[in-house]
Amino acid sequence: MNFTQRHITVALAAVLGLIAVAYVGVQGNLQLLFGVVVPYLALLLFFEGIIYRVIKWARSPVPFKIPTTAGQVKSLPWVPRTLGDKLDNPESKAWVLGRMALEVLAFRSLFRNTRTELVPDPKFPEKARLVHWSYKWLWLGAIAFHYAFLIIVLRHLRFFFEPTPHAIALLGEIDGFWQFFIPTFYLTDIIIVLALLYLLGRRLANANLRYITLASDYFPLFLILGIVSTGILMRYFFKTDITAVKQLIMGLVSLKPVIPAGISPLFYVHLFLVCVLLAYFPYSKLLHAPGVFFSPTRNLPGDNRWALHVNPWNYPVKFHPYMEYEDQFRDAMYEAGIPVEKEPETAEVEEE
Amino acid sequence: MSLPKPEELARVNYQPPARGWMEVKPDFRPGTYCNAASPKWLEWIDYPYPRQWSVAEEDWQLPENWKEIVLEGMEDRLARFRSLKLFFDICVRCGACADKCHFFLGTGDPKNMPVLRAELLRSVYKRYFTRIGKALGELVGARDLDEKVIKEWFFYLYQCTICRRCSLFCPYGIDMAEMTLLGREMLASIGINIDWAMASVAQCYDKGSHIGATPQAFKDMIDFLAEENERITGIKTPVSYNRKGAEILFVTPSGDYFADPGTFTLMGYLLLFTYLDLDWTFSTYAAEGGNFGWFVSHEMGKRLNAKIYHEAERLKVKWILGGECGHMWRVCNQYMPTWFGQVPSFLEVPVSPVTGTVFENARVHKMVHISEFTADLLRHNKLKLDPQRNAHIKLTFHDSCNTSRGMGIFEEPRYIIQHVLPEGHFFEMPPNTIREKTFCCGSSSGINANENMELRMQGGFPRANAVRYVHERYGVNHLGCICALDRATLPTLLQYWVPEVEVTGITELVGNALVFEGEIERTTDLRDRDLVGVGEQEGGEEEE
Repeated sequence: MNFTQRHITVALAAVLGLIAVAYVGVQGNLQLLFGVVVPYLALLLFFEGIIYRVIKWARSPVPFKIPTTAGQVKSLPWVPRTLGDKLDNPESKAWVLGRMALEVLAFRSLFRNTRTELVPDPKFPEKARLVHWSYKWLWLGAIAFHYAFLIIVLRHLRFFFEPTPHAIALLGEIDGFWQFFIPTFYLTDIIIVLALLYLLGRRLANANLRYITLASDYFPLFLILGIVSTGILMRYFFKTDITAVKQLIMGLVSLKPVIPAGISPLFYVHLFLVCVLLAYFPYSKLLHAPGVFFSPTRNLPGDNRWALHVNPWNYPVKFHPYMEYEDQFRDAMYEAGIPVEKEPETAEVEEE
Repeated sequence: MSLPKPEELARVNYQPPARGWMEVKPDFRPGTYCNAASPKWLEWIDYPYPRQWSVAEEDWQLPENWKEIVLEGMEDRLARFRSLKLFFDICVRCGACADKCHFFLGTGDPKNMPVLRAELLRSVYKRYFTRIGKALGELVGARDLDEKVIKEWFFYLYQCTICRRCSLFCPYGIDMAEMTLLGREMLASIGINIDWAMASVAQCYDKGSHIGATPQAFKDMIDFLAEENERITGIKTPVSYNRKGAEILFVTPSGDYFADPGTFTLMGYLLLFTYLDLDWTFSTYAAEGGNFGWFVSHEMGKRLNAKIYHEAERLKVKWILGGECGHMWRVCNQYMPTWFGQVPSFLEVPVSPVTGTVFENARVHKMVHISEFTADLLRHNKLKLDPQRNAHIKLTFHDSCNTSRGMGIFEEPRYIIQHVLPEGHFFEMPPNTIREKTFCCGSSSGINANENMELRMQGGFPRANAVRYVHERYGVNHLGCICALDRATLPTLLQYWVPEVEVTGITELVGNALVFEGEIERTTDLRDRDLVGVGEQEGGEEEE
């Protein structure tokens, strides 16, 4: 097996294995384990892991102010700065908020994406030209996936509240606006599947991406695909007792867990995969979600020259002080007419 | 070694090897790497493990406990730099950075995709500092640290010019430059350094500039350029050295007085300062604006940079003016006051003695960029210019990676260009190759040596290719820049890829255009090339 095959196989086998574990477990009447113990454990790992990471990042010092300056810096008052400049090279913390908001909510940096191709060009002596296209597909795929995921998670909140909050119900109605299927078909279900397939497909289609993609990259994709497909199957094809599911979840939320009858194994598989995702999150690249807030190239203002940044571990270093330098070159400097602190004769007398 | 022809080098193969990246080892082919540092330089600056060793040889003679040193060094840096820890933790390998790197575009080597270059370091972090990496190994990209890994780090960390183009496109702002710098620090901790960078560092530390000029040699070089000014313009441009009580200390990289075409920019500075009757001085001690130390380690950067404030205090100047230089300004902007640890109170907030403009944007740093200074003069109509003296020049502007993504100075040089060039003589390169998206010259960060010329030409290919485009399309014959390293490296690059185009600093163009009272009739530019309408031949195509 080559590198890519090995990494895909392991990731795929892991997800299929997890599905089998949950399915077999529930068949073996381990509902309590998969319906109560594992969810609590997963939540614990999720929060413990995230908090641990975030604290570790937050406590590590930021020795230097190193924003990636992607626009004209604030200099003389008349030098033109567009709104883009102000956001991409923020002059103050307030503008940093704007930059971060754009980054987190709109994936600003990814929106900048280009694709460079080497194309033959007989007019150039080297017979080739690099062409730099604007390339928004990755941005589109990423933003579609993340927002669809977010809306789906929010929609699921209806299982966590009794009665269902109005805003959540409304969100479900909007998502299900296109009623061409019974029950109401959610647009986000289609979007997230397409986005996931795109994100997976690009990793497989591009040789260089294939080269860098690890099992730990395929695994969350397969895992989320597993979650999404079990969810879709449950909603549209193999229905489970929704009232019982809500009872189970409300039991978990109110810390009075119950295992109602009539919940299909498919649900437990769905729930188990969600738990694995939660538990896996803090130990994996999924940390990019909290991590982006800490990125020193994005969350610092480009005000280096007018606001002092203090490095908490700044220490004195050995450098070559001027007087040593003059001692080294005094005669020659004097002869060349370069001013000196001590004239050669005085220096000699002092030495004696 | 023989350099392949441009046509051969431009046939880049972007197909990755069949075997996984952990199994593929670098091919130390002459032309692709820099020579090992001579022990002499390390001794000069008290750097660890000075020894005679060679990259091409199998045995790099690492210290016995090299592994321990590297892992401890990594642990130490993880504790000191949030950037390193975070960048190791959060990369999702989306590959947005991949075709943004000039070294990847020029070599096609997948380990030059920033994502994978970072993975070379990250794999060791995962193996030794994360539980999941210890448990799952290769599946999560973790691997053991061995000598081959060290060699790989050396090869690829010196195929990164810390230009930050990747960090611009990264959705989380992961900056390869940070990892390259810290990785190089770790290499230096076991005595692995490149000669080109360390020679410059040691010379600068000891004598005052990268080129190792003694005070008297420095003075000779500058005085010679002042005489050149007088010969060409009839104007004396006197220079003072180490003069106490001057208002302004002027600091510029040695590239500006060491070799053409940087020297023409220096002549421009001298003309400009004379025109303004500025009260300024050079220092033979803080004679280097550039900072190869920072290419080696944060600490070494500070050890060299410290001289500038030290000298400003000794000379009792009011503020510092900095010449055209990329990495000098990245260092000055990102690190200088932080290294110093406090506001340098012995200096004053810079005020232009000509226009009265207070440089509020430098009120902590106390150092002004020559382009800001000049743009302010033009804004206030303080310079009499004859743009026709640059009529032989059709210009495009190369935004230097450091001033672009490590500072953000884009408009000032363009404003100056507008004033010193005749209308219609300025052409931008394609939008995805300029400003914040600019391509590096391919030889920055201490790798502008001679022995790695093939690599340099590959790394500079994207830049040169965009220059080729505007040359073919608009007849551009000059590439302007505000970076002395560019002026040292781009002529070589363009000589190879676009020999029709020459490199110029922006202040050189100012020097050409400045109209003095009492000047002699100007028949040539500062390079002794005939001006348009003078003599029989129209300038521009002529070589100096």
